[in-house]
Amino acid sequence: MKYIDEYRDRDKAAVLVKEIEALVAEIPLAKERPINIMEVCGGHTHSIFRYGIEGMLPKEVELVHGPGCPVCVLPMGRVDDCVAIAERPGVIFTTFGDAMRVPGSKKSLMQAKADGADIRMVYSPMDALEIARKNPDREVVFFGLGFETTMPSTALTVLQAEREGVTNFSVFCNHITIVPTLKAILESPDLNLDAFIGPGHVSMVIGTAPYEFIANFYKKPMVVSGFEPLDVLQSIWMVLKQIKEGRADIENQYARVVPDEGNKAALEAVEKVYELRDFFEWRGLGSIDHSGVKLREAYAHFDAERKFALPNLQVADPAACQCGAVLKGVIKPWQCPLFGTACTPETPLGALMVSSEGSCAAYYQYGGVKAEAGAA
Amino acid sequence: MCLGIPGRIVTIDDAAKRLATVDVGGVKRQVNIACIVNDTHPAEACVGDWVLVHVGFAMSRIDEQEAAETLKILSELGEAQAEIEAMRLSEAEVGRAAS
Repeated sequence: MKYIDEYRDRDKAAVLVKEIEALVAEIPLAKERPINIMEVCGGHTHSIFRYGIEGMLPKEVELVHGPGCPVCVLPMGRVDDCVAIAERPGVIFTTFGDAMRVPGSKKSLMQAKADGADIRMVYSPMDALEIARKNPDREVVFFGLGFETTMPSTALTVLQAEREGVTNFSVFCNHITIVPTLKAILESPDLNLDAFIGPGHVSMVIGTAPYEFIANFYKKPMVVSGFEPLDVLQSIWMVLKQIKEGRADIENQYARVVPDEGNKAALEAVEKVYELRDFFEWRGLGSIDHSGVKLREAYAHFDAERKFALPNLQVADPAACQCGAVLKGVIKPWQCPLFGTACTPETPLGALMVSSEGSCAAYYQYGGVKAEAGAA
Repeated sequence: MCLGIPGRIVTIDDAAKRLATVDVGGVKRQVNIACIVNDTHPAEACVGDWVLVHVGFAMSRIDEQEAAETLKILSELGEAQAEIEAMRLSEAEVGRAAS
């Protein structure tokens, strides 16, 4: 229990770990093989590594770090499209800082900026719209990125631009949606997951009802969880309790932030502005049906994909990169030959090394108790 | 981006446009409050509310204790500093003349 002293309530954490151990001892399956629990959200991955949660769990419980880091699953071809837009004369390209270092096939946005493109790191799409207001003779493009947590903010910004009649603002929409992604994971032939820790802030927007199919159809438990170490431990305990009792339910550990019905205003904005794409390409996972959104026809004049002709090419990941296998939990980050050698947070080759929410960067930064044991 | 950061609404800047100023760890920043406003809690009633802010949008009302605990863990993760730095940098980028 390497980091447990840092907990604000170490006694509670120790009690939870004891209760998890007691539960595991009563689950027959755990005697045959480890119980695999996927945390879907990159925020959870970050928290799990920061607090050394893997190292506290009994060896019968394995955490699989899921695809819920939007920066990490961004395919190279989309980064190339960003660079192509940004390098057009007269364009100001705005993006969250997280995306700056994601490698494209030729360069990252960071490199394009160094080469002279007007690329600006913004905190919010509202700031991108403000840049458009201040620079009416420029085309200002916002790189819309993220799951349902950030999807409403881009939608509300488009609606505001529409109300004001701003014509030099558009969105390069790369927002992705969680439910089809979970379905794809549940349908994958090498599925060996027993349960899910559900995302907190995506659920704050969409509520818990969209997950019901996971329990009803696939018979897997899911617990929507907060980000604090005690939240994550409690959610693991709740998942194991379901497994022990032979139940598969969608439970909400994070009710203090996640209403079961989600956020009505946010969902209305999302529904108004976006429609599902037929498919969307994910780094490491390939194409997943209906997993991305684009702007509806009514907002086509705010859609950078329609405003600018884009190369829109599929680009294969570097052959030696094992990002896909890591994303699916088939191998651990340190089992990739590039990990920590050719691929580091300073010079990332794969996207999982770019963001602090990516499992490779998390392993690299914090090490993993189990990784250390495995490497020894 | 995904974790957000707690802040306290200090003024309503434009009730019709759903714009308010929040204080995030001592840094003031304008946010959109459309997602936390409804008929029973209009914009004018939001001053003093603690909210979870994601990329400039208040997405959830939280209580003061939750806000303090969330800020503590975000500081430990390094996320609070990163968010505040991103706000600061963004302000400079908005003000920068086109090259």
